[in-house]
Amino acid sequence: MPPEYRTERYDVLVVGAGGAGLRAAIEASAQGAKVGVVSKSLLGKAHTVMAEGGVAAALANVDERDSWRVHFADTMRGGQYLNHPRMAELHAREAPDRVRELEAWGALFDRTPDGRILQRNFGGHKYPRLAHVGDRTGLEMIRTLQDHGIHRGIAFHMETTLLSLLTAGGRVVGAFGYERERGRFLCLEAKAVVMATGGIGRAFEITSNSWEYTGDGLALAYRAGAELIDMEFVQFHPTGMVWPPSVRGILVTEGVRGEGGVLRNSAGRRFMFDDIPDNYRAQTADNEEEGWRYTQGDKNARRPPELLTRDHVARCIVREIKEGRGSPHGGVFLDISWIAQKLANAPEHIQKKLPSMYHQFKELAGIDITREPMEVGPTTHYMMGGIRVHPDTQMSTLPGLFAAGECAGGLHGANRLGGNSLSDLLVFGCRAGAHAAEFARGQAQEAADPATIAAIAARAEAPFERADGGSAEGPYAVQHSLQGRMQALVGIVRIGAEMEQALEELAALEARAAQVAVTGNREYNPGWHTALDLDSLLVVSRAITRSALLRRESRGAHFRLDFPDKDPALGKLNTVIYQDGDGQMQVRQDATPELSAELAAILKEMG
Amino acid sequence: MAEARFQIWRGSGASGELVPYRTEVSPGMVVLDAVHQIQAESASDLAVRWNCKAGKCGSCSAEINGKPRLMCMTRLADLPLEQPITLEPMRTFPVLKDLVTDVSWNYQVKKGIRGFAPRPADAEDGTWRIDPVDVERVQEFRKCIECYLCQDVCHVLRDHHLHDAFIGPRFLLYSAALEMHPLDTADRVAELKKEQGVGYCNITKCCTQVCPEGIAITDNAIIPLKERVADRFYDPVKAFWRMLRRSS
Repeated sequence: MPPEYRTERYDVLVVGAGGAGLRAAIEASAQGAKVGVVSKSLLGKAHTVMAEGGVAAALANVDERDSWRVHFADTMRGGQYLNHPRMAELHAREAPDRVRELEAWGALFDRTPDGRILQRNFGGHKYPRLAHVGDRTGLEMIRTLQDHGIHRGIAFHMETTLLSLLTAGGRVVGAFGYERERGRFLCLEAKAVVMATGGIGRAFEITSNSWEYTGDGLALAYRAGAELIDMEFVQFHPTGMVWPPSVRGILVTEGVRGEGGVLRNSAGRRFMFDDIPDNYRAQTADNEEEGWRYTQGDKNARRPPELLTRDHVARCIVREIKEGRGSPHGGVFLDISWIAQKLANAPEHIQKKLPSMYHQFKELAGIDITREPMEVGPTTHYMMGGIRVHPDTQMSTLPGLFAAGECAGGLHGANRLGGNSLSDLLVFGCRAGAHAAEFARGQAQEAADPATIAAIAARAEAPFERADGGSAEGPYAVQHSLQGRMQALVGIVRIGAEMEQALEELAALEARAAQVAVTGNREYNPGWHTALDLDSLLVVSRAITRSALLRRESRGAHFRLDFPDKDPALGKLNTVIYQDGDGQMQVRQDATPELSAELAAILKEMG
Repeated sequence: MAEARFQIWRGSGASGELVPYRTEVSPGMVVLDAVHQIQAESASDLAVRWNCKAGKCGSCSAEINGKPRLMCMTRLADLPLEQPITLEPMRTFPVLKDLVTDVSWNYQVKKGIRGFAPRPADAEDGTWRIDPVDVERVQEFRKCIECYLCQDVCHVLRDHHLHDAFIGPRFLLYSAALEMHPLDTADRVAELKKEQGVGYCNITKCCTQVCPEGIAITDNAIIPLKERVADRFYDPVKAFWRMLRRSS
């Protein structure tokens, strides 16, 4: 019997309703396209809401020496020059306008005394560059975009998950998925599709990401024929909560360090001073006093080593823990309470600058961060790689498929600077929406192929049919095994032999996933959703592992114990993942894009 | 390790019942962890809505021992474990399944509120200068995570079901954030009085008590809105003045 489903038609279908998806939808709608948005959760709940520190944009409101050129150079240095230089250029040039536009839509950022948008320091940014709202910048941004978007005639399909993209004649023509509420299938025909599905954190055991972040957009794009790039670069944020167990992995904003928080080991030593990379030595403080002055806005001071890039800080923390100098629960200490030695009203100051951190530790860990240090350790946070896109249009290598935000690759190279994700999603969400609308104008609507849809639906329903025997494995066990193995074998410190082992174990997990059974019916059934998400998690895990094996060097977020140094030759190659004609995953290396003369000159001067 | 007992409402639509579950307690565990553990151990299709698990997204609202709370921010250690913990869906909204309710009404209500309309940019660089004090005043309102616990507890919605006549504390707060936005020029006072029913609120402050963000919803948002409505429509001097102007 053919599956029952409803069909909706759009010019542009946006997949994901975080910052990138909403910004793309607003732009496509502004260009006159009929826009539909699919989101796995309710509107306004996507991970953008968790972004705390701020949005990076060279507004130069706090330090007039800042400019898009410095932001560009900082982004490239942070990404170890594997970034797509044109994307880094567009990002740095356009971020200020995108931030000011948010203000015109109602966002209220913290202010300078003369009433302009205030900016704060963050790791890897030479000048104070992050526009922010306390430590809840992401909430302000997603709410502003959401509230602006609801008045624009955009159709929202909330709590809807996609199972497959639909293609015809070598381009994307829509997508097929299901609504969580009743489990009903939904066919979305579209002339262009924008992927904005965010990250992949659920492939790992310890993560700051919620259940949604199973890499759906990457897996759907890959299976439909698009290329993925830089998949070995997974950002492990240096500071996640480590205790109690139930909160392990929840993010502790870099803003704590931006406001003067310091990292110490069990001996009380500020170990970040012990290992400052050569390419950052000239711009890093060599004593505690200078570091403190930097956090308080002294323009002549250099940044404290706690504000080095995230990859480096995370590795230093891992080293302290491994060498036995960690905190009682397997982390290190992050202390902001010490600033009471410097500021008379320190407790009030901390509560004002970091209200949600104060709240989070007080409620979940019973710790008052104005009085005692936090315990923190690395947590899987962000995928630098993703769907390979054209730098100007954001179109993937599959015509009609666009991507923006975390699920797109290229901007961040080997490591993302804090604050650059919120600016990324604004700049490239806007571009993807505009170009998807333009692409859609030149296309006819293609009807979806019923036979393809029947096959997708049958595959989705299969876990229920396997439940009959009663002996089949459930989806949660497979998901937990996958997360545990990826954490252990392809985590923050990698070794070739372990990753070879991971590939073998992934094959076994793929076989288990193909046999999982779920009980109950299709109505709002988390067991079923978990079973279906396994497909995406497995594709993404394999892509990460294959890419990481091929990169026989250490660079940015990718650290190989068996190849601990940088290889200059590999510094000019990006890793590309694609599916061959037989449906097998292949990996190759492409030369990094050429720098324009203007950008080369900037890097020569400041890189 | 200690064990906690739960009574979790299972069912869909109007029909359902409390079903007993047990699970082991680990240090620092919150109610949402227990629900996930029960899902993985013995009830894989137990429906629950959640995202951030850190009190920032407002997805996991439910009634815990009869009190509207976020499951991710309620620690088991703070509940009396000698009794079973009762978990029920929010009562003000229709149940979809188990702990998941249909909150789509809220999204409809928001769409009906007049959007942000800024005054023209007035600084020479094409933006605005906004006094930090003016920003701080509304930032409290903008902390709202849209968990809808305030809507759940509000008796006008919960007991009197006036969903068609009253927008509820969440959207009075939202209107207040727009009305007091330093750049906004729109006027929402007439709708607040009529379609949005601000008069139905009789200031019992239940919403303020359950707000996980600690927003003083009643004192700082609703009462000032009521004052604006009273000022516009019930001030006798102003009413007389308006009458005079109309007749001339």
